[in-house]
Amino acid sequence: MIRRNLMKLAAAGLLATSALIAGPASAQDVVKIGAIAPKTGPLAGGAVVTQWPNVQLWVEQVNARGGLNVGGKQMPIELIEYDDKTNPGEHIKLAQRLAEQDQVDFVVAPYGTGFNIATAPIYGRYGYPMIAVSAITDKMEELTERYPNLFFTLGTTTSFVDGVKEILIEKRDAGVIGNEVAMVNVADAFGIELADRARELLTEAGFELVYDRSYPLGTPDLSPVMKGAKDSGAKAFVAWSYPPDSFGLAEQAIIEDLDVAVYYSAVATSFPAFVGAYGNKIDAVLGAGGTNVDDPKIAEYRQAHLEITGKVPDYWASANTYAALQILEQAIEGAGTLDRDTVTQYIKDNSFDTVMGELTFENNVSHTFWSVGQWQDGVFRGVKGSNVEGAVPVRVKEGWAE
Amino acid sequence: MKPAGWGELGWAAVLVVLAAFLPLVANGYWLSIGVTAMMYIALSTSWVLFSGPTHYISLATGAFFGVGGYLVGSGMSDYSQSFWLMAAISPIVGAILAALIGFATLRLSGVYFVIFTLGLAEMIRNVVSWVQNNFLGSRGLYVLTDLRDQHIYWMLLVVAAAVYLLGWFVSRSRIGFALRIIGGDETVARHVGINTATAKVILFTSTGFFAALVGAIIAPRWSYIEPNQVFSPQLSFLVVIMALLGGSGRLWGPLVGVIPFTIIWEWVGIQFPNQSILFIGLCFLLIVYFLPQGVVGRLEELRARMRRAS
Amino acid sequence: MLDILVSGLLLSGTYALVAMGLNLQYGVARIMNLANGEVLVLGALAAFWLYTTAQVSPLLTVILVVPVSFIGNWLIYRFLLTPLVRRSKSQGALEVDSILATFGMSFIIIGVMVSIEGGFFAYKYLSEPISIIGSTTSLNRLVAFLIACAIGLALYLWLNLSRAGVAVRAVSVSTEASGLVGINVPRVSAFAFALGGAITAVGGALISTFITLDASIGVVFTLKALIIVIMGGVGDIRGAIVAAIILGMVETAVATLVDPGLTLAAAYLIFVLILLFRPQGIFGRRAT
Repeated sequence: MIRRNLMKLAAAGLLATSALIAGPASAQDVVKIGAIAPKTGPLAGGAVVTQWPNVQLWVEQVNARGGLNVGGKQMPIELIEYDDKTNPGEHIKLAQRLAEQDQVDFVVAPYGTGFNIATAPIYGRYGYPMIAVSAITDKMEELTERYPNLFFTLGTTTSFVDGVKEILIEKRDAGVIGNEVAMVNVADAFGIELADRARELLTEAGFELVYDRSYPLGTPDLSPVMKGAKDSGAKAFVAWSYPPDSFGLAEQAIIEDLDVAVYYSAVATSFPAFVGAYGNKIDAVLGAGGTNVDDPKIAEYRQAHLEITGKVPDYWASANTYAALQILEQAIEGAGTLDRDTVTQYIKDNSFDTVMGELTFENNVSHTFWSVGQWQDGVFRGVKGSNVEGAVPVRVKEGWAE
Repeated sequence: MKPAGWGELGWAAVLVVLAAFLPLVANGYWLSIGVTAMMYIALSTSWVLFSGPTHYISLATGAFFGVGGYLVGSGMSDYSQSFWLMAAISPIVGAILAALIGFATLRLSGVYFVIFTLGLAEMIRNVVSWVQNNFLGSRGLYVLTDLRDQHIYWMLLVVAAAVYLLGWFVSRSRIGFALRIIGGDETVARHVGINTATAKVILFTSTGFFAALVGAIIAPRWSYIEPNQVFSPQLSFLVVIMALLGGSGRLWGPLVGVIPFTIIWEWVGIQFPNQSILFIGLCFLLIVYFLPQGVVGRLEELRARMRRAS
Repeated sequence: MLDILVSGLLLSGTYALVAMGLNLQYGVARIMNLANGEVLVLGALAAFWLYTTAQVSPLLTVILVVPVSFIGNWLIYRFLLTPLVRRSKSQGALEVDSILATFGMSFIIIGVMVSIEGGFFAYKYLSEPISIIGSTTSLNRLVAFLIACAIGLALYLWLNLSRAGVAVRAVSVSTEASGLVGINVPRVSAFAFALGGAITAVGGALISTFITLDASIGVVFTLKALIIVIMGGVGDIRGAIVAAIILGMVETAVATLVDPGLTLAAAYLIFVLILLFRPQGIFGRRAT
């Protein structure tokens, strides 16, 4: 009896273990692509908007036309995806799995700055080219030198602050705002870094931060923050915020009828849900990102995104994420091989025709991106960017009426 | 918790030696599972040091772990200190913090103690974020070293072995005796002249020391530290759950809790990539209903039955 | 100053909604429910989903949520938690079991919610400014506050004046003694657990009108609820309400007068201090 129980236990353990070991198919007629990003946890809300739908879209499109053309052979993509639960330790473990157990040919870069940096050494060791999108840092030079397979495409911390600074200077010159700026930030890595940089750059440009406060991640009531910003009397409001609080700040600004000519909140302002929730009230709100919807390529991409995934893409990193996948696709087909070193070198040496336009890498960094966008008549249009066409003039925020 | 014998120590030594060979035989994936498991073994065993005999459930592990990881990140990025220096400082800070908490919680018992440690951990997380934001400023906390998984694994193994050894001595010492009595009945303990306060604080301090050390060792693996991730309350819960799953009545309880837990977690994540969280939840329920005494309980039951059968 | 009072009170209403349910569940049914936050988010998801797909007013959803959540929580208690209550020999053992079981349930609920909506539950409802004694606030917060007051008052009166309520309180004081005086303890516990779950889900539906939630955010509310229940003292509904008011006022005052960056730190500091001076919470009874 006992022995049988023990046997059963052992058998179950063996079964579980063998499932973990499951090796790769030997004959290569598919291209295996691995993708790890959050489906649950704090970053999941952003990843299910920006990251996952684009992976799905790209794989379906490539497979619909027969797969990738690798040196004359059509090879469909087999996607292997995992949920990292927004946990770095979990992500690292799964990245090892992709490389060693699943033996994928290429990977989709993770979602979030910390996750990209955490996996760079692993993917670097196996030679995977890693075209990071949702990773913003000022340390790109040091990181790409350390990890020569790592590419950046979304811009630096400084470039994001610079975009906002330019707008503030323009509006000050036009006389709609003064020198006073109210600035808030979420007290977490990304928010702290951006606020720190902004403090320096805005002061240099002659602005005075009359309200400069942080708030903790997960603050349930942002009304004191907004009241404080309002009482400061500044005509410009800048928030280095994360998804849930970008919504909360907008809600409070509407309630308080915040009287500003420039209103900026960082991440998630470009999400379709943002305009979905607040409608025309948030017209002329500025945010991180932007896109050029009049560009036929972007229009076509947005249409396909909606048709295939059933979701409207965001107006920022969605297009960059898709572009990164296009680069990978073109590099594999251009190099005509699945050899990762050759493909990595191909990415470094060539330019790519993507939805974001012509992209090239200079020391592994692409300088083609939007940094600031603005809601204008229900569309979030790029107003500041680097090497991008179609920036529209910045409008002045006039009240929060419908 | 029962006092551990010499035989058990011998077995532990054999296991440690065997475990040390893992990086030489396993590939990167198995090694990374090994690192995760070893991290939880060290954390859960150090948790059991205090909570096992006293039955006081502490949810402050995340705070100590966070202090360790955060100090390494901040020290290396903001003050250009070496990893080794910061890894040496952080457990000391963790121990001091734990000692303070230990003193503060002397009057608390039962669920009040549990939630107090949770609230305190959250307070520390928020204070650290605020200090970082207002006084240190930051261009991101990078922990870029040349340490690889095997190095981290060996360091964690040493920590886990040290925790076990400490626990082994404690369980045979006067303090261990005192703690067991506290777990039984604290009033009795005080009446028979045992200084319960000192015993509790000393052991709690040691759990803080080890948890911070583990946080510091893991930091290079994460490469980039975000205060809100490194101070995760979920870690505190997971450590408790793995220890309870194994059985907190034995020093080796966490070991037999962490290993199946890690394997199940991994297996579910791979089989159901889109719904892993749901299936992990289901596994949890199955374990609770079918392993009421934890893995230790089931093993001891089996052993008892085998004795009777023979 | 008025701003602090008004905003603080309204935030207290939110916290009361978060914690009253858990107070019943832990105080009476003795279940340390770590899935409390997930039940709350489930209520929020219902409100968001019905509003965006069928334009159902969240206030109507609140009413719909009550029976659904009540029955759901009753079933959970009856079939999943009762076996744990039966087999546990002590309160400590039950605590351990309920932590493990409800932690598992929280994962399951998250999994279900993610498969319905993985993104943010972003919508607005009644986000109109309204002025109360010269301080601007939003209508949705006011509505949530008023409903929280109504629930709190109704609970208090019911617990103190009705026969059933007295039975519930008796169980919260001592399960053994109530059993001896002929109270059907399992039934009362199941009822309290189900009622607590219903209140939590109602709270979630109301909170979703002014806080943008997502499937994974439940743990934030679980932590807050645990803090409030323990700070107030286990098993006393007044305790949860007083603790919610203290937290709401402290957070708002600190955010306005000191620094918003310290709001949560201050809230936890108050919690820590209160427990240092009253180890059994504000209204708690000394353990015998």
